[in-house]
Amino acid sequence: MRPKAGGDACNVYLYKRCVMSAYLSLENINMSFTAKGNTFCALDNVNMRIDRGELISIIGHSGCGKSTVLNIIAGLLQTSAGGVLLENKEVNAPGPDRAVVFQNHSLLPWLSVYDNVRLAVNKVFAETKSKKERHDWTLHNLALVHMDHALEKYPAELSGGMKQRVGIARALAMEPKVLLMDEPFGALDALTRAHLQDSLMDIHADLKNTVIMITHDVDEAVLLSDRIVMMTNGPAATIGEILKIELPRPRQRLEMADDAAYNHYRAEVMRFLYERQRAVAVA
Amino acid sequence: MKSNVLRIAEQDKSSGAESTPVAVATQSTSHSSPPPTDAPTKWLGRDKLAGILRGVVLPFLTFAIVIGVWLLIHTHVVKAIPSPLDAWHKAVEIFSDPFYDKGPNDMGIAWQLLYSLGRVMAGFGLAVLVGVPVGFLMGMSPAFRTALQPLIQILRPVSPLAWLPIGLLLFRAVDPSAIFVIFITCIWPTLVNTAAGVQAVPKDYMNVAAVLRLGKWEIATKILLPATLPYIMTGMRLSLSIAWMVIVAAEMLTGGIGIGFYIWDEWNNLNVPSIIVCIVVIGLVGIILESGMSLIQKRFDYNLR
Repeated sequence: MRPKAGGDACNVYLYKRCVMSAYLSLENINMSFTAKGNTFCALDNVNMRIDRGELISIIGHSGCGKSTVLNIIAGLLQTSAGGVLLENKEVNAPGPDRAVVFQNHSLLPWLSVYDNVRLAVNKVFAETKSKKERHDWTLHNLALVHMDHALEKYPAELSGGMKQRVGIARALAMEPKVLLMDEPFGALDALTRAHLQDSLMDIHADLKNTVIMITHDVDEAVLLSDRIVMMTNGPAATIGEILKIELPRPRQRLEMADDAAYNHYRAEVMRFLYERQRAVAVA
Repeated sequence: MKSNVLRIAEQDKSSGAESTPVAVATQSTSHSSPPPTDAPTKWLGRDKLAGILRGVVLPFLTFAIVIGVWLLIHTHVVKAIPSPLDAWHKAVEIFSDPFYDKGPNDMGIAWQLLYSLGRVMAGFGLAVLVGVPVGFLMGMSPAFRTALQPLIQILRPVSPLAWLPIGLLLFRAVDPSAIFVIFITCIWPTLVNTAAGVQAVPKDYMNVAAVLRLGKWEIATKILLPATLPYIMTGMRLSLSIAWMVIVAAEMLTGGIGIGFYIWDEWNNLNVPSIIVCIVVIGLVGIILESGMSLIQKRFDYNLR
């Protein structure tokens, strides 16, 4: 009456998965490219579990595959092995449940601020919201990022920070299960970046979205995140360390500057980046 | 300077209405006027006045020189070249009754121009109807592009007039042949620009489309078409200006009513002053076509809004 060993293992695996299931999980992700007969392994054995409402930063040196991880979660890239589970369902194609805020905002230049957001709202809520509701929802999301004063402006008329706000509004308007941000503030000047970080913290406190953000800014990572995922350098990059940031929210930028815990976390990340994972010399 | 232009653009937009011509005017003046520095305002008005004066005086000088050389040629080199005054009198005569109609061989200049414009518009319209969709296919499908590229490479440098005999054979009539030649003239710039435009659509826009799960048709109409429109417009603008040049030559060969044959006819009658008038008129119509196209471009090209 002994059960087959294989069957048992399988059951244990399923059991584990059901009990320990996270909101979003990355399972053994491997990403390899083949060019001219050579296989280049960009990511190897990337595992991550993210709870609902968490704000996660992924940090690492340029070229370590941070963006690749994000694009895999977004479904814009297909893994070579392993997969992404969102609420226990595999996702391997892009969709509005994983809205992306792109680094260069990616607003459509021929549409006004309002129409850029409305395009997304119309598509995602085509059946579930009436025309009036879609209009209100568009306005609501633009108000959330403080861009409701510029509805009829075109992207070319906006500053970098404003464009990024609209990009965030568009992503939020999709009511995504996970909000993916690819170095969202990387191209902005320091003051604008601080403003947008504060806005993001406010929105996150308000809506409790699940956010995954790519960054290479240590302060940004520590200030915003619940956990910081630090990636090793490629090739075959993987997750080197995960740092839990247990600073109470709401966090105030100015208070943090003198906060011992904050500075400890900051040093921790720096140590990882500059001692354990030196930037590649050629970079 | 840039912010200044931007502000003016905003004002135009906030003033509502589709007042594109106004926008054009304000923008061009803001370009040519000196940057608003902290110089006292009274000097600004003076600078502007000087700028306008310069804008009038310098071109006027050029015209004066050309007319002087023309006069010299008339008096000292080739007597048969009419004097500027002869040409002027001829112009007054021609434009005193541009719409007269004394049978198919004797019509006013306005009719000649309208017939030519009609052919240009027909050929141009057909070329846009064919060129834009085919250009789209070329931009979207590498296979399609590979298949068509060599043919286009070979045919593009050929003078459209070389196709006239083929047109005459195919259609056995003068009018469709001329339209056919204009079609050939316009198809290449339209095709090539549209294809280039589709290929130049940033990957980011496609990512946005993917995240929103837009369908194929939605991608074509909501992303590719608007993103490509500036390129299509450029192609159309190029096409139209070349077409207006080609129609004159084509009509000289085909005969009938039209500004091209009109010139040829006047040459056969040794009526040289009319030819000179025609040259100027063709140029002016060309300017009108060009500015018409740039108005349309301003309306549709998000880069110029």
